[in-house]
Amino acid sequence: MSGIVIRNAVALSILLIALAILPHYLKYHHQDFLIFLVVNVLVVVSYRLVTLTGEWSLIHAVMMGVGAYASALLSKHLGLSFWISFPLAGVTAAIVAALLCFPLFRMTQFYFLIGSFAAGEAIRLSWIHFIKPFGGTSGISAIPSPELLDIDFLEPIPYFYLVLIIVTICLFLLFRIEKSRIGLTLHAVHWKAPLAESIGVNTWNYRSLAFITGSFFVGLAGALKVHYIGTVTPKQFDIGFMVFILIWVIVGGYRTFYGAILGAVVLSVLDEMFREFDELRPAIYGAILIFSILYLPAGLESLPQRLKGVFSRKSGQMEQT
Amino acid sequence: MILPSFFADSFYETILALELFLQSIVNGTIQSGFFALAAVGLVLIFGVMGVVNFAHGELVMVGAYTVWFLHAQHSTPFLITIVIAILVVTVIGILMEKFLFRPMRDDPLGGLICSIGVLFILQVLATLVGGDGPSKQVPPPFEGTMVLFEFLRIPYQRLFSIAVSVAALGLLWHFLTHTKLGWALRAVSQDREAASLQGINSNRISMIAIAVGAAMAGLAGALMAPLTNINPHMGHNVIITAFIVTIVGGVGSLSGAVIASVLYALFHTFVTTYFNGTVATISGLLIMVLVLIVRPTGIMGHRVSE
Repeated sequence: MSGIVIRNAVALSILLIALAILPHYLKYHHQDFLIFLVVNVLVVVSYRLVTLTGEWSLIHAVMMGVGAYASALLSKHLGLSFWISFPLAGVTAAIVAALLCFPLFRMTQFYFLIGSFAAGEAIRLSWIHFIKPFGGTSGISAIPSPELLDIDFLEPIPYFYLVLIIVTICLFLLFRIEKSRIGLTLHAVHWKAPLAESIGVNTWNYRSLAFITGSFFVGLAGALKVHYIGTVTPKQFDIGFMVFILIWVIVGGYRTFYGAILGAVVLSVLDEMFREFDELRPAIYGAILIFSILYLPAGLESLPQRLKGVFSRKSGQMEQT
Repeated sequence: MILPSFFADSFYETILALELFLQSIVNGTIQSGFFALAAVGLVLIFGVMGVVNFAHGELVMVGAYTVWFLHAQHSTPFLITIVIAILVVTVIGILMEKFLFRPMRDDPLGGLICSIGVLFILQVLATLVGGDGPSKQVPPPFEGTMVLFEFLRIPYQRLFSIAVSVAALGLLWHFLTHTKLGWALRAVSQDREAASLQGINSNRISMIAIAVGAAMAGLAGALMAPLTNINPHMGHNVIITAFIVTIVGGVGSLSGAVIASVLYALFHTFVTTYFNGTVATISGLLIMVLVLIVRPTGIMGHRVSE
């Protein structure tokens, strides 16, 4: 048991060191890409926490936007420093999520999906409509970047380290949450809701808890993203981005913690490789999505096992002949 | 109608406000035809196959693009392009059912994800056909405007589209209530297994349901084409509207969807006229969330126990 822990720890530290060195060997726009990729990893992992209870929400992208707008407004108009507005972004998203729990968790399944979509779209359209604080379709620009000592966070590499550290901490917390008693209860709520209720688990509370916690972390991710870009617009968090989150999680495999990360990383890198087919990219995404749901329903993370299965079956046949 | 005169000072302004009010009723009624056509297909597909077809707005978009491509670009007669648009979209629907929804039969989420994949592909195809430029316009094939009581203005194009919508919905109603296939279709949507036990081929019924639903979407797109801006992303508004109408009407209820279409179209037109389009959509979405909370069965839906 402890051997596995040590092996995982070693693998993780190698991965982190590799990630820390990587940006120095990349071109400028690839450094940007890497920052967004790490942020998106936090997005998908926090989304997975919400889906643990079996409810697929379509509001996660908008909750990211809530965090982004909160941090942008607080730092630009109230002059708060990034180090205060950043945690407040998560808190704001969590509060909005907590308020939404009352209507949304009266529904399940299909109704929850549509209801969360509607609530999210209503929030997003409010950003467009109320120009006074939110700036309409053009959003808010000139969002101040973080300040710490003399580090220039406008440069990609320092900002990448900031994002990497924060996201690593968040991922660790999310991992601990999933492995804790609460996380196990969330699984129970998904797979055996009546049984869980019969032993005194309040499923409503746990569904809400997962939703609020997931929204908190995605709110942080939203703040991380817009403090780098410097602008926040409603378009960044539309249903298109929500669909990307869904695709990453499903293609990667939503049954395990690292499946979602794998999906986000592999598909983003593929997408980057297809950059020259600009117009075609959504169609390529669509095709990958359809193929993976038809032929690899457990996601990319099941690929090694399935390959292993195929090979062992083949060698078994060889032995028989 | 006291409400509009609230902000009118003199008699003349009251008359103007009244005219605007009546005109909005007419516009909203005409609008309801499109809403109903788009929503009815979504309801049929969800009822029979249990799949939320997220690509339904894109089916409407393909219908509109077919008309733009054949009528505006290659000057095929408008009525023929309507038929072709219906056929094209129906074929797309049948392919979706055969290759995507059927293998995903026991996994509603899988079906939904597949339809999202189709959504992306259709949007890119539309971009390839029409280019990425500004929105397309189709010159209305029926020119002229009917003037009623000297102030109500109804362009013949809109009159034509509402007439065709009503006729199509009437045909659908007749099909569902007066033909054996229609009965079979309703039986499958009520209880798939029981219907199979009666010897109904549920795969064939699913095929027919999606064909009819897609044909309605194609017709909606074709009728809409001369009256709206055509672009690859126009499906987004269509699907939001269809969701609102479906939920408010009661999921799985066709008559509910039609009634909700009329109500929502009137509501949307009024709010757009007196405030603006964004406010109309926001309040529509809020009404939908409210319906989901207060009366999840909608106007005409039935309670289903788990």
